[in-house]
This record gives sequence, structure tokens and C-alpha cells, in this order.
Amino acid sequence: MADVPMDINQVSLLARLPLTEEEAQRFAGQFSRLFEFIADLQRLDVSAVHATAQVIPLHNAFREDEIRPSLDREVALENAPDSEGGYFKTPRILD
Amino acid sequence: MQQAIERNVSYQPVIGLEVHVELATQSKMFCGCRNVFGAPPNTLVCPVCLGMPGTLPVINRRAVEFLCKTGMALGCDVAPFSKFDRKNYFYPDMPKNYQISQYDMPLTTGGSVRLASGKRIALNRIHLEEDTGKNIHAGTSMAASEYTLIDYNRAGVPLMEIVSEPHIATPEEAEQYLSALKSVLSYIGVSDVKMHEGSLRCDANISVRPAGTSTLGVKAEVKNMNSFRSVVRALRFEIERQTEALTSGERIIQETRNWDDARGVTYSTRSKEQAHDYRYFPDPDLVPLTLDDATLAQWREELPELPLDKRDRFIAEYGVSEYEAGILTEDRSAAEFFEAVARACGDGKQAANWMLGDVRRSLEKHSLTLATSPVRPAQLAELIRIVAAGQISGKAAKEVCDAVVAEGTDPQAVVAQRGLSQISDTEAVGAMVDDALAANPESVASYKGGKAKALEFLVGQVMKSSRGKANIDIVRELLRERLG
Ligand SMILES: [Zn+2]
Repeated sequence: MADVPMDINQVSLLARLPLTEEEAQRFAGQFSRLFEFIADLQRLDVSAVHATAQVIPLHNAFREDEIRPSLDREVALENAPDSEGGYFKTPRILD
Repeated sequence: MQQAIERNVSYQPVIGLEVHVELATQSKMFCGCRNVFGAPPNTLVCPVCLGMPGTLPVINRRAVEFLCKTGMALGCDVAPFSKFDRKNYFYPDMPKNYQISQYDMPLTTGGSVRLASGKRIALNRIHLEEDTGKNIHAGTSMAASEYTLIDYNRAGVPLMEIVSEPHIATPEEAEQYLSALKSVLSYIGVSDVKMHEGSLRCDANISVRPAGTSTLGVKAEVKNMNSFRSVVRALRFEIERQTEALTSGERIIQETRNWDDARGVTYSTRSKEQAHDYRYFPDPDLVPLTLDDATLAQWREELPELPLDKRDRFIAEYGVSEYEAGILTEDRSAAEFFEAVARACGDGKQAANWMLGDVRRSLEKHSLTLATSPVRPAQLAELIRIVAAGQISGKAAKEVCDAVVAEGTDPQAVVAQRGLSQISDTEAVGAMVDDALAANPESVASYKGGKAKALEFLVGQVMKSSRGKANIDIVRELLRERLG
């Protein structure tokens, strides 16, 4: 776990996924292996390769600026755990 | 920082602004929900902008066009290749738990905003993203609220972020920057730039450093400023706060501070630092943008003349002062109205006088604007022409102007209806002048005896007998002639 360049507890906090101590150990081990793969990749010479964020051979998939019907509010709020006065309602959040 | 603690060191601010602008598209950035302010909560939402699983965002072409046009108007370089990234964070204002934004490949880089003073403030970048939903904290304050209510109507509205270099030297210059930027955006029609409705929002990065040095100090990011006025006040407050801290040997910490307009102070938001790890990565749902030259050339072609260019041209072409030209070009449609009047009457100077004087007063009096008043440029041009031709007096012209602005009636019709025509016929005025001379021998004598004021009395008599309709210039001229 020592050679994992990330804090597993911080990641679980950011992802809002509470981990048990046992899970944290296990995932840390898995991440550690992932970092080894990345270290392997980093040894490759990629100076002649363009940065690639997408492998789909498509560019400029646009839609025209046209209005489409929105959902009825009742439908939009249907799956919300809680709502009030047409709003989604969540526990108090801090800015 | 040690040398900064010395006494008598004066500090200068270093300011950079991040301006968020909601684009005035019909629909949202990645879905077809209507983009409009003030609808009932959660009535402009769909599976895409609610972040439902299995939905796909599709880029609104018009939003890209608006951003590129803004970039072109500000002399930015439009990137030949650009992409969208996910900015990940957990906060319920984005139901997807990420905001689609642009991280390392923004649509434009470089460029500058030209201030009215002529100074240019360099830009770093402009990128495209989606706006977030709005949180309403129930209760009297956020801290006291038990729960939060969320409206996602704004989530997914196209949002453009314009980032300046930290080259702004004073709070006043920040205001000039905002006003110049706002003017350009409204001219090119990409946003309605209403700060009070949130379609133009501004955050500031500010630090201070000893005058004459070039290293940057530790900056604070100031948020929650809701008007140009509060930007100026917040920046002044920060300069004072940071200067005082450094002068008394304290260290400034890098932090986000909110402006409290009522108390006139900024305060630390004490946000958790770990929350700022946004883990950006390219959005796999969106393919990259590569804008071709023909499209860019067409957008460039469609750009209107920009406010400061128009101002400079008005000065050169119509002989108006820089001040007048500045006011005349504040608003694009008002500038176009002025120019139509100036062209139609052939006298730009007079057109400016009327627009900035009586027309403005009449509009205010009737609670109208140029847009809501029925007045047409041709009518004001006609008014200016008939005043120049001596058909009506200056006093009558004000009355006609008021009627034209309020009712949109043709000036000639107002003149005829109200009998405002001026008597400019030399023979007719001459007869009235002769009558006045005959009836007031004492005044004639006193004028000839050197009392110049007596002439005005005689002018008054002629005006009275003509019930104000005699052309006062001709009256005066004939009186002088007759009195030798
Ligand atoms: Zn939608």
C-alpha cells in the first residue's frame, strides 16, 4: 500500500463511497497494480503520438438550436427521494 | 515576503477576472430544453439535463457559434481542435455529479478586451461549459437551513467563461473591463448580459504586491458579487484587507472569499480543500470539435461593428465629441437609431444634440425607451430639418419632439394640429416690427441712446403680438435694421 501515490480514503470521500478497513486495504492493493501498469506505459516513447481523448472517428456531432419538449414536472420529480413545491429536496448542503 | 513587511511600502493590486456569461440560445447546451430565465422550478428539465443514466448529450451548434463569435470579436485565436471534459464533484447543483466543461483545450485562447480608455486587458482563454442548477436554502440563512431545494431549470444552460490575465490594475479598471465586455457581448447578441438575472457573473482573483516588484502575491478568489458596483467595492475591500495584513506582518492564505454586499466585507468560505480535486477527464460522450475555415469565415463575416469602433467612427464621421459618441454607442440599437437620424437629416451634430437632450428627456418623462417609443428616425430627422429651415421656433420644436416621442406622430402633423408654424416671411414679420416700433417710441429712443437692452423689450413686444409665432431671429434682424 505504501507505493500507491494516492490516498484511498480521500478518493472514497470524493466518490461518496464509504469503505470498510478491509475494503480500503483490498482496493489499495488493486490500485497499486493499476499504477504499475501506468508506470509501464510511461516508459514508452510517445513523442510522435498525438494526445487522443476519443477513438470514435467522428468530429462535430452537433444538434441545431431547437427547443424540444421538457418533462412534466411530476414525472421529473417522480424518482426523487423527496421534493417540495416543485423543487428537488435534499438534506442541507454547504456551499 | 520579508521585505514586504517593511514600513512605508506601498502595495499595488493585481487583478484578474473570470466572467461567466449565459448564452442567449433558444435551447440548452446539450439538450432541447428551453433556455429562459424565470420559469417555474423544474419545468425546463429532461432526462439529459437531469443526468439520467443512458442519456447522451449533443452539442448545441449555436452555442459554439456564439462562443467563437465572442472570441473573434475579442481577437482571440479559435482552436482548430477542441474537446469537452468532465469536471467531477459532488454537489447537488449538477445531478450528473459532474459538469461538462473544457479543461486543457478551450475553444479560444489569447485576445483582449479594449477599454474605453484605449488600454487593452489581455485574455487567457474562453471556454464553453454548462451552467449548474440553483440551490435554494430553506430558512433564514444557509447555516440555519434544515434542507436544500433545487431547481434544475438552469442546469445545462450554455455558459461561456471568459478568463482575463491578471493585468487589471485597479477596481475602477475592473469596472471598465466589465462594461466594455458587456457592451461587446450585447452588440454581437450572444447574451442578454443581465447581471441581476445572473446571465453575467463575475469572480475576481486579487493579490497585492509591493509597488515596483514583479512577483505575484498570494491571491484570494472573490465570489458572489452581483453588480458592477459590488465588484468595485469588493476589490477595494480586498486591497485594504490584504495590504493591512501584509503591513502588519501577517501571511495571506490562498482561499475563496464571498462578498457580503450588505456588510461591505468579504469573508472566508472555509471550503474543504480536498473538494477542489475535480479529476478532469475527456467526456467520452462527446466527440471533439474541429471547426472548418469556411464556417469560421462566415461567423466572422456576420460580426457587427463593435462598440468602440462605432464610437471612433461616429467621432470622425459626425463630428460628435468622444463623450457624446461614448453615450450614443453604449447600446447598439440606440447607436443605429442615432445614425439613421444623422444620415436622414444630414447633420450629425444636431442629431446627437437632440438624441442626448430633448429626446432623452421626453423618453424619461413618458417612461419610455427608444425601443418602446413609437418614434422613428425619419421623424426626428424631419424635426431637425424644419427647425433648421426656420419653420418652427426652438421652443415649439421641444413641444413637437415630446409629441413625436410619446405618440409617434409626424412632426409636420403636430405643427399643423397645434398651430406651431413660425412666421418667417420677412414682409409679414416686418409689418409687426413696424407696429411695435410705432407703439413704443420711448424704447426706440432709449435704444438709440445706447441702451442695448431696449432691443429685447421690442423683440418681446413683437413676439407677444404674434402670439409667439414670429421667427425670433428675423424679428431681431429686422429691428436692428430699422433702428439703424
Ligand atoms: Zn434538458
